[in-house]
Amino acid sequence: MSQQTGTLLGFVHRRRRWAELFLLVLALAVGAGAYAAVGLGVEGTIPTNMVAYAGWLAVLVIGAHIVVRITAPYADPVLLPVVAALNGLGLAVIHRLDLAYEAAGKPHGFAQQQLIWMTVGVLLFVATLILVRDHRVLQRFTYTLGLVAILLLLLPLVPGIGATVNGAQIWIRLAGFSLQPGEVAKVLLVIAFAGYLVVHRDALALAGRRLLFVDLPRGRDLGPILAMWLISLGILVFQRDLGSSLLFFGLFLVLLYVATERPGWLVVGGSLFLGGAAVLYYISSTTGKLAHVAQRVDIWLNPFDHYGEGTDDRAFQPVEAMFGMGWGGLIGRGFGEGSPERVPYANSDFIVASIGEELGLTGVIAVVLLYGFIVERALRAALVCRDGFGKLVCVGLAGVFALQVFVVIGGVTRLIPLTGLTTPFLSYGGSSLVANWVIIALLLRISDQARRPAPQMTALDADSEATQVVKAVRVPS
Amino acid sequence: MNKPIRTIAIFCLLLFLALMINATYLQYYRASALDEHPLNRRVLAAAFSSERGAILVGRTPVAESVRSNDRYEFQRTYPQPYKYAPITGWFSYYSQTGIEKSHNAVLSGDDSRLFVTRLVDLLSNASSKGGSVQLTVDAAAQEAAFDGLAALGEDVQGAVVAIEPSSGRILAMVSLPTYDPNELASHDFAAVADTYEELNEREDQPLVNRAIQTRLAPGSTFKIVTAAAAIEELDYRADSQVPGGSTYQLPETRGESGLIDNEGRDCGSDKIPFTQAMGNSCNTTFARLAVQVGADKMLERAEAFGFNSSYLDDLAPQAQSSFPEEMGQASTGQTGIGQFEVQATPLQMAMVSAAIANGGTVMRPYLVETVLTPELEPLPSTDPEEISRAISAQTADVLTDLMVYTVESGTASPAAIDDVSVAGKTGTAQSGQDDVPPYAWFTSFAPADDPQVAVAVMIQSAPGTERGEIAGGALGGPIAKAVMEAVIEP
Repeated sequence: MSQQTGTLLGFVHRRRRWAELFLLVLALAVGAGAYAAVGLGVEGTIPTNMVAYAGWLAVLVIGAHIVVRITAPYADPVLLPVVAALNGLGLAVIHRLDLAYEAAGKPHGFAQQQLIWMTVGVLLFVATLILVRDHRVLQRFTYTLGLVAILLLLLPLVPGIGATVNGAQIWIRLAGFSLQPGEVAKVLLVIAFAGYLVVHRDALALAGRRLLFVDLPRGRDLGPILAMWLISLGILVFQRDLGSSLLFFGLFLVLLYVATERPGWLVVGGSLFLGGAAVLYYISSTTGKLAHVAQRVDIWLNPFDHYGEGTDDRAFQPVEAMFGMGWGGLIGRGFGEGSPERVPYANSDFIVASIGEELGLTGVIAVVLLYGFIVERALRAALVCRDGFGKLVCVGLAGVFALQVFVVIGGVTRLIPLTGLTTPFLSYGGSSLVANWVIIALLLRISDQARRPAPQMTALDADSEATQVVKAVRVPS
Repeated sequence: MNKPIRTIAIFCLLLFLALMINATYLQYYRASALDEHPLNRRVLAAAFSSERGAILVGRTPVAESVRSNDRYEFQRTYPQPYKYAPITGWFSYYSQTGIEKSHNAVLSGDDSRLFVTRLVDLLSNASSKGGSVQLTVDAAAQEAAFDGLAALGEDVQGAVVAIEPSSGRILAMVSLPTYDPNELASHDFAAVADTYEELNEREDQPLVNRAIQTRLAPGSTFKIVTAAAAIEELDYRADSQVPGGSTYQLPETRGESGLIDNEGRDCGSDKIPFTQAMGNSCNTTFARLAVQVGADKMLERAEAFGFNSSYLDDLAPQAQSSFPEEMGQASTGQTGIGQFEVQATPLQMAMVSAAIANGGTVMRPYLVETVLTPELEPLPSTDPEEISRAISAQTADVLTDLMVYTVESGTASPAAIDDVSVAGKTGTAQSGQDDVPPYAWFTSFAPADDPQVAVAVMIQSAPGTERGEIAGGALGGPIAKAVMEAVIEP
């Protein structure tokens, strides 16, 4: 069933760089337009630094485009514009909240900081494209990267540099900077998993027995999945971070399933996760240990019991976010007409609530669709990619993206219990933004390789029938 | 590996679909429920700081939003606070009352009739402004009513209502004691809470709009309704002879408690002219007439005038005036003179007069003349509406004659105006409790031949006045006169 080459016989992808440039201009219009709208809505005038701001955005985005043109000419033309639009919109919303915080005398200036992070992100994006000329090189570092990822995940638990924010111990503070190492670990883990699974997929896929119409894997092959399960639960218990836990475990399951083509892994893994979560909830709600788990669920189910005077006010953030989004309605209040600053962390975890309030359901759906595009383009790259490792990396990155977006937006809109995760490209936060730009660079690199015309097989020595040497020739780009 | 990738793609699609459906549910289907949630400070704060439309009397605002320099953009102010508080109500961070509440949609700009304006504001990115509400109130009449009632003393409790009989437009509505809505609309929330608490707990209930929320025994003013029933059912004329006498023993009773007298007024012996009975407010006559008409017909007539129903849409809450639905003959006799379980609001008694002045047709009372867009363009307004025909035109004429006689040579003489024929009726109702003084009532309309205004005055308590001197004519008459003059002679 699996069709190894995505490229149909004779079909050659076009480069589509001009399409990308056109879409980038639209994306710039979104970013710069949103910034101007914030100025008009909040202060009544277009910001004085409008030209410089728009210029800087344009330099970053067009710069990235030129590097893509040179280093990855066949790369997917939609990804970069979508990301540019999201990043620009995020900057405008953060700027809008800065203005509100400034008026209230609170710390502000996050937009400027975010613009610096975006610059760093684009630089790393460019560096990734230039340094990683072939993604298969990364497969060599499977175990190294895996180890680094686990170390990064453990860092916040190290006394002295670990920091607890909002009850989740997922931050480190070093030399005045705070970092969320989980965001970087995310990328490394995808590569490590892909490298591991592409090698072991046959063992995992073929051995095993059948039980109730489900192919179950062999006992000894359960080792890695059990290890990952323990790590996820460990993150949940020790770092109190339900979101990352769900993200890593979900990522691993998705990759296992794709690598082995056996849904049995999903059943096993899914039941393990649900079982683990249920046991944790049971412990949490009956013994009082790990109380935050039961608390989160309770806040999710009965937010209004935890809101307002006379209650513990723990649901202040989600309820205010709901009120804000409800108030935004279909088309939103417009920049400057709402009060998104009422929601704590409105410019990071809850930035979707800010968008929902001031840009309305329309804005939220647009953002979800943009994320959908990213996932769709990544999966499309996975489909046409010619090597298993590349496929797995693409699926992994797409899966991380989809799960993260689902968990954070679902949490903010009360579809699932709230967990702390950043909204990719929108939220304020350096680690996340930079890591996500690198993810996009990797996706572009793989899609460039995948969409490139297949190497043509040319017989060097047509005369000798016994020893025919076949050499792959790269079609000049 | 492509098959699982396609499965994953579908799975991701489902995830994103779930997000979009949930967002739609939250921001579309649940939006209004969330907006109306009592704890939703966001909506409150925005409403509180927005530029609401004005409440106008003529062209003068009695409630308006002015720019404010604190954390809210606009401050609601009431330029004539005490005089108009019962009508405008207040607009505070915590609650709204009066027109501020009943016409909130227009004032805030959310009314569907202001949709086009809202759309233009949206497109031009201007913050929206509410529409204005123009009241039917006549500034001169309102002032006369307020000054007249206030002149009775500092602690007076009472109300005045004036109606234009032909339409039902409310020309004046005053209730004392009153309060300053500015103090409740203040941005200093702690002070607002204190003020509200204090006003709410005061024994004289300044927050109650006595014109529509207080119902008391109407006493002798109810004799108009009894007379209306008698004329309709028993075919009396203004010059007919009606039963008189200095005392009347109610049917099925014995002794003092069932004995009706006239407190010294001359009501003849056997038969007296109808005019004399009305002019001297003869209890014996009207108790006997009520018994003759019967409980059912009395109820029917009272309900035709508006008792036992609600009719005012522009202000809430309002008390329903009541007439007992089942009772014996003795009680029926008592209802004939406005006692027993008959209770009326001042607005109801003004409507009784207005109905007679309008040839028997009861018009729905209303307070809002027109609704104006923020650009001050009038929106289509509802026309005056008939509620019922209480009595025939002939009966109305007879009643007018009786009431004119009462002003010219009876108990209602304090309301007489030079060169204008005035129709009126006094009332002094027993409170039914020994330590509570009687209530003074007065209702009238003028000019009798071309009625322009019908008034009801109710004085619940006037501590400055001796108990023996509390009488509808003496206390209420001059106030009614002043209000009628204000309307007739602008």
